[in-house]
Amino acid sequence: MEGLPILTVMMLVPLAGALACLFAGANAARWIALGATLVTFGFGIVLWSNYQIGGPQWQFTEKADLFAGFSYALGIDGIALLLIMLSVFLMPICILASWDAIQKRVGEYMAAFLFMEVLMIGTFAAQDLFLFYVFFEAGLIPMYLIIGVWGGDNRIYASYKFFLYTLLGSVLMLIAMFWMVAEAGTSDIPTLMQYNFPAEAQTWLWLAFFASFAVKVPMWPLHTWLPDAHVQAPTAGSVILAGVLLKLGGYGFIRFSLPMFPDASADFAWLVFILSMIAVVYTSLVALVQADMKKLIAYSSVAHMAIVTVGLFAFNVQGLEGAMIIMLSHGLVSGALFLCVGVIYDRLHTREIARYGGLAINMPYYALFFLLFTMASIGLPGTSGFVGEFLSLAGIYQTSSLVALVSTTGIILGAAYMLYLYRRVAFGGQTNEDAAAMGDITAREWVMMAPIAAVVLWMGVYPESFLAPMRADIAVLDARLAAAAPASDAQLAPGTPRAEAANALPQHENTDHAGAKEGAH
Amino acid sequence: MDFAPSFALVAPELLLIGAGLALLLVAAWGGDKVARPMAIAAAAALFGAGFMLVPGLHFGTDGPATLAFGGLLKVDSFALFAKALIYLAAIGALMVAPAFFTSAAAGTERVMRAEYPVLVLFATVGMSIMVSANDFMSLYLGLELNSLSAYVLAAILRRDARSGEAGLKYFVLGALASGILLYGMSLLYGFTGGTAFTAVRAGLTGEMGTGALFGVIFVLAGLAFKISAVPFHMWTPDVYEGAPTPVTAFFATAPKVAAVALTARVAFEVFGAQVAAWQQIVMFTALASIIFGALGAIGQENLKRLLAYSSINNIGFILLGLAVANQTGAAAMLVYLFIYVAMSLGSFVALLMLRGEDGALYETFADIRGLSVTRPAIAWALLLFMFSLAGIPPLLGFYSKFVVFQATVEAGLIAFGAIAIAASVIGAFYYIKFVKVMFFDEPAGVVTGKSETGHWALLGLTALIISPIGYLLTPSLTDLADKAAASLFLAV
Repeated sequence: MEGLPILTVMMLVPLAGALACLFAGANAARWIALGATLVTFGFGIVLWSNYQIGGPQWQFTEKADLFAGFSYALGIDGIALLLIMLSVFLMPICILASWDAIQKRVGEYMAAFLFMEVLMIGTFAAQDLFLFYVFFEAGLIPMYLIIGVWGGDNRIYASYKFFLYTLLGSVLMLIAMFWMVAEAGTSDIPTLMQYNFPAEAQTWLWLAFFASFAVKVPMWPLHTWLPDAHVQAPTAGSVILAGVLLKLGGYGFIRFSLPMFPDASADFAWLVFILSMIAVVYTSLVALVQADMKKLIAYSSVAHMAIVTVGLFAFNVQGLEGAMIIMLSHGLVSGALFLCVGVIYDRLHTREIARYGGLAINMPYYALFFLLFTMASIGLPGTSGFVGEFLSLAGIYQTSSLVALVSTTGIILGAAYMLYLYRRVAFGGQTNEDAAAMGDITAREWVMMAPIAAVVLWMGVYPESFLAPMRADIAVLDARLAAAAPASDAQLAPGTPRAEAANALPQHENTDHAGAKEGAH
Repeated sequence: MDFAPSFALVAPELLLIGAGLALLLVAAWGGDKVARPMAIAAAAALFGAGFMLVPGLHFGTDGPATLAFGGLLKVDSFALFAKALIYLAAIGALMVAPAFFTSAAAGTERVMRAEYPVLVLFATVGMSIMVSANDFMSLYLGLELNSLSAYVLAAILRRDARSGEAGLKYFVLGALASGILLYGMSLLYGFTGGTAFTAVRAGLTGEMGTGALFGVIFVLAGLAFKISAVPFHMWTPDVYEGAPTPVTAFFATAPKVAAVALTARVAFEVFGAQVAAWQQIVMFTALASIIFGALGAIGQENLKRLLAYSSINNIGFILLGLAVANQTGAAAMLVYLFIYVAMSLGSFVALLMLRGEDGALYETFADIRGLSVTRPAIAWALLLFMFSLAGIPPLLGFYSKFVVFQATVEAGLIAFGAIAIAASVIGAFYYIKFVKVMFFDEPAGVVTGKSETGHWALLGLTALIISPIGYLLTPSLTDLADKAAASLFLAV
């Protein structure tokens, strides 16, 4: 693999596919898109298997000075690796989800999705501040088209709202970036992550970045674009929105706000906590009363992402790792839930919960998958959701027991609205004839659901596979934040640390330093 | 006095004047039948004149060797850059004209008047003189030569009421602006004792009296009229809507470049010692243009009117570069100008291609509904132009905003830049409305006509420039703009 610029290749494959799709017929476009995303996923696996855990912080780096002011610098650490994997994993599934559902302008649709993939990989891999901005912002164009052209009835309002909200958030970030580059003299992200900006400047810079990422995450009260966009977007659009685009906000916090402005992050942690606590409780309650399935899942996304932000601003290893795992888990689970909605929406063309009922009788396999993802969303042990939420809440408990207390209600409320949703859709009597006549999931839908289910269980049973690549990066970040970390109110009295990591096998004892350190908490 | 070096410096203008006069004779005898070959000849003359600029542009020229006719004109890198842009825009305006004037879009006449290429040439000569003026006298001469040609161009469809109205409005308001400018110049002459830029600058150094300050403000107000910056923008939408579309495309590009370049030269070379006096005015004008240009566009149904507001909005961003008042800002402004010319020329060409079966032109939002289904190529090109005008990466319009805002922030005007960039989001609203109408709405099916090759070529070229591929141009563009801006600051 030496010498192959794999990140560039991973962006070129979908780009070429996108251009081909623009000029291809409907069926050809579907196959081209599927092929391109699968090849990209294949490269993703190669990327992961060649990623050296415990190796240099930035791997697969590429650099070329391209245009005035920009340099084309790519490179990934463990955090970016996992988010790239999430993107390339979800992409073929999105294409499959749109296979029959999209019938008009298929070529343009597939091209938009492939462009999206290029931009997502680019955003996570960019090591130049302005290159990151270009990828981050360019995603608006395909997403605007996806919602606007192929969306539901109220798609125009939703697409405008999505576009303008996100644009307003990010332009202020651009101004902050100009200032940072002028101050630090470089637009290299790894350098900026170690650069100490003056404390008072950090405040403004943090707020400018916050404006952008808080909209993306989205944090209460800036979340209102999300339910609209989710509900109106086609199924695959919702999957990508929930699965990857929301993660851009969390990634932004972990890559920019926290390491670049640690003092300001500590100063503003209260703001993040208050907004997140409101989000957890408020949006969960809102989700409880939704009559539209997609809207319910959209509000649940806001609540879950609030736990991500809480974990990020806990300023300790557990919080950060938990936030990352929730992001990955939520990307899979909410994506899968949107697919579940899509499956029955394709059959009955309604998202109204009351129109369904008793699907467990006529669609048993569907009900099985739906149940698994519902449980994962609630955070049942054994599924990915549990690992992330547990770590996050354990992390925040060390910083503030009050925030932990309020955030934990999100799990209870989450169980309430998800189980309530599941009961109304899958259990009970078959009140609607047409819903009772629907057939079980097809082979194509099996292929969409089964991989996600497998990864959800994998992440829930053996999260070490996902924690290991980012452990060193989280440790670096934690060290960077240590000086600024706010005082804890939990008054923890640490017990005696165990000698080895919880997962350490005897023969690994000498090599697994990172794991041993993890066990110390 | 030896005039040979002076004539050598103004060789491109001489070529254009010669071509203009010769074509005038051809028009007198040949009539409207030969209008199309005349347009080609005029474009060739512009191309030739543009070719003469290349060595100077490439190597960069400034210093005393660029002064012509005893300091009346100054043909430095800055002037060359502006001229090159003006010639390119004028060629574009000539290329798109014949197909328009000979179709049903041109009303009852259906014939291209032979005066059109001649007037474009003379207007271009006027603009050349404007951007290389080094004396208020030559400035005014160039400005009027350009304006008088432009008034006639606006009214060139003689039987079309809207075109006549546009010409008259343009004339009356243009005359008012010229009056304001002249008054300011006379005040400056009175308080400094000269009309040459160097003399006025010398007179303005140090403490400035109220009279001279009024002179500065009146001159700037007159120039703001010409670049249609808020609060002197009212004429723009009416003129843009009423004038025939090729003429509007011309107005939105070449005279804008000339007037902006002129404003920059006056601000830096003449008022360079009094930056504090004009910087706040320009900052206000820039912000007001961005905000009112964007707000005014929101309710528009007519696409030409909308693009008029969009040009006001863009002038605001260009003035940001001026408000920074340093060399980086000036260079950023020039880069923005180049990209702006490509974007507006492309958008207007796309509008010119929205024709019905009979060749009639469609120019409202209702007409382009669902254009992406009926005419996908035009719709995708317009999509690129609109996102580029909104400054969304990875299109080149982002780069133009990038450089001006970078200059703004580096100069420490952070709050100013933050307000301006937040206001740019208002502008995005109507740019994405374009996309919404073309892509999300059901087809109206009125745009069915064929477009001619020249239009396609220009559309393709401008779309290529503003696409991500256009970033390949940025190194040389930055280089040229830096040289041009440097020559502007040599006098300081």
